[in-house]
Amino acid sequence: MIKPHRNHPLWFAFLLHRVSGVVLALFLPVHFYVLALALTDPAGLNGFLSLTENIWVKIAEFGLVFLLAAHMLGGLRLMALEWLPWSDRQKTFAVTAVAGAFAISCSFFLSAVQ
Amino acid sequence: MSQDLSVSVWRSETNAFQEFAVPAQKNQTILDVVSWIQANSDPTLSYRFACRVGMCGSCAMMVNGEPRWTCRTHVKKVLKSNNLEIGPLRNLPVVKDLATDMDPFFDKWVEAKGVFESTKTRHDDMEPIIPDAPERMAASAAIECINCAVCYAACDSVSGNAEYLGPAALNRAWSLVNDVRDGAYEERLEAASGAGGCHNCHSQGGCTAYCPNELNPSASIAGLKKETSRNWFGWGRS
Ligand code: SF4
Ligand code: SF4
Ligand code: FES
Repeated sequence: MIKPHRNHPLWFAFLLHRVSGVVLALFLPVHFYVLALALTDPAGLNGFLSLTENIWVKIAEFGLVFLLAAHMLGGLRLMALEWLPWSDRQKTFAVTAVAGAFAISCSFFLSAVQ
Repeated sequence: MSQDLSVSVWRSETNAFQEFAVPAQKNQTILDVVSWIQANSDPTLSYRFACRVGMCGSCAMMVNGEPRWTCRTHVKKVLKSNNLEIGPLRNLPVVKDLATDMDPFFDKWVEAKGVFESTKTRHDDMEPIIPDAPERMAASAAIECINCAVCYAACDSVSGNAEYLGPAALNRAWSLVNDVRDGAYEERLEAASGAGGCHNCHSQGGCTAYCPNELNPSASIAGLKKETSRNWFGWGRS
């Protein structure tokens, strides 16, 4: 359970940033391995890519794109917080980053299923 | 309200919460509840307070898992289905029951160079302070701290790293970095940005969310991070 003292928006922004960061760190080696198949095993790569036609794989990709976008936009918020003059609108920025990530991942999903 | 409040209070002797029934009042602070228990149920209960009006910063405790200044926290604001859980502040050693040892907290103020270093002597004229000058406003923004350690108890970076100076000490350092009368700019920036310094902060903003005086230590720490970088590039104050 979330401890009471953590129950505020910017802590959830921190949690999302941390979780997305860890998931992306686990995903990237797999991603590069699959890309490398193009050179080492093109037939294997084709077999793997056919998997991406599966709807569950598309949903998983949607999740991945959401995390990637959330990490990128949330990271921009943190860089702005640390490098630009202070703004009191951090909660608004954090929510905007999540909304932006959702919009990006939804448009990715829609173009993937059409 | 006629029903008794059911209050769990941390007892250090048994290392557990102890239940008390406390008569509910229309207007009642958490400190009133603790004082009632000590006066009427168990005189051995230890806790700390002094001013009872939010000035001295000595009465902070964890109330239902959140750090609060208890003398100015009304029961009705934090009551959860007639229950209260009152414990000692997080991130500090417990002396007894609800009283914590504040030494590590204050030691860190000294470590962060929280002491003003005058550039003048008693023989110089007094420096005029112009309240609405931009540099004075920057220094004043972080100044109303009552040393209650509520922010320190809210901070997960303090729980994760015992060396971390924490929001209050860094907030003080930031105030002095902005004070043009202070003569220890370089040393203070160094103290505030070392191994236990501002760069440990994860910008979660728990300090700002809980500071009862509505200060913004999170912004002060962001300011210190920026200032240390500026200074590194040679664009610092002096
Ligand atoms: S913003 Fe920094 S200092 Fe404040 S609670 Fe979070 S980690 Fe601690
Ligand atoms: S900054 Fe706020 S919460 Fe922290 S010690 Fe000062 S008054 Fe208390
Ligand atoms: S008793 Fe002084 S601040 Fe609460």
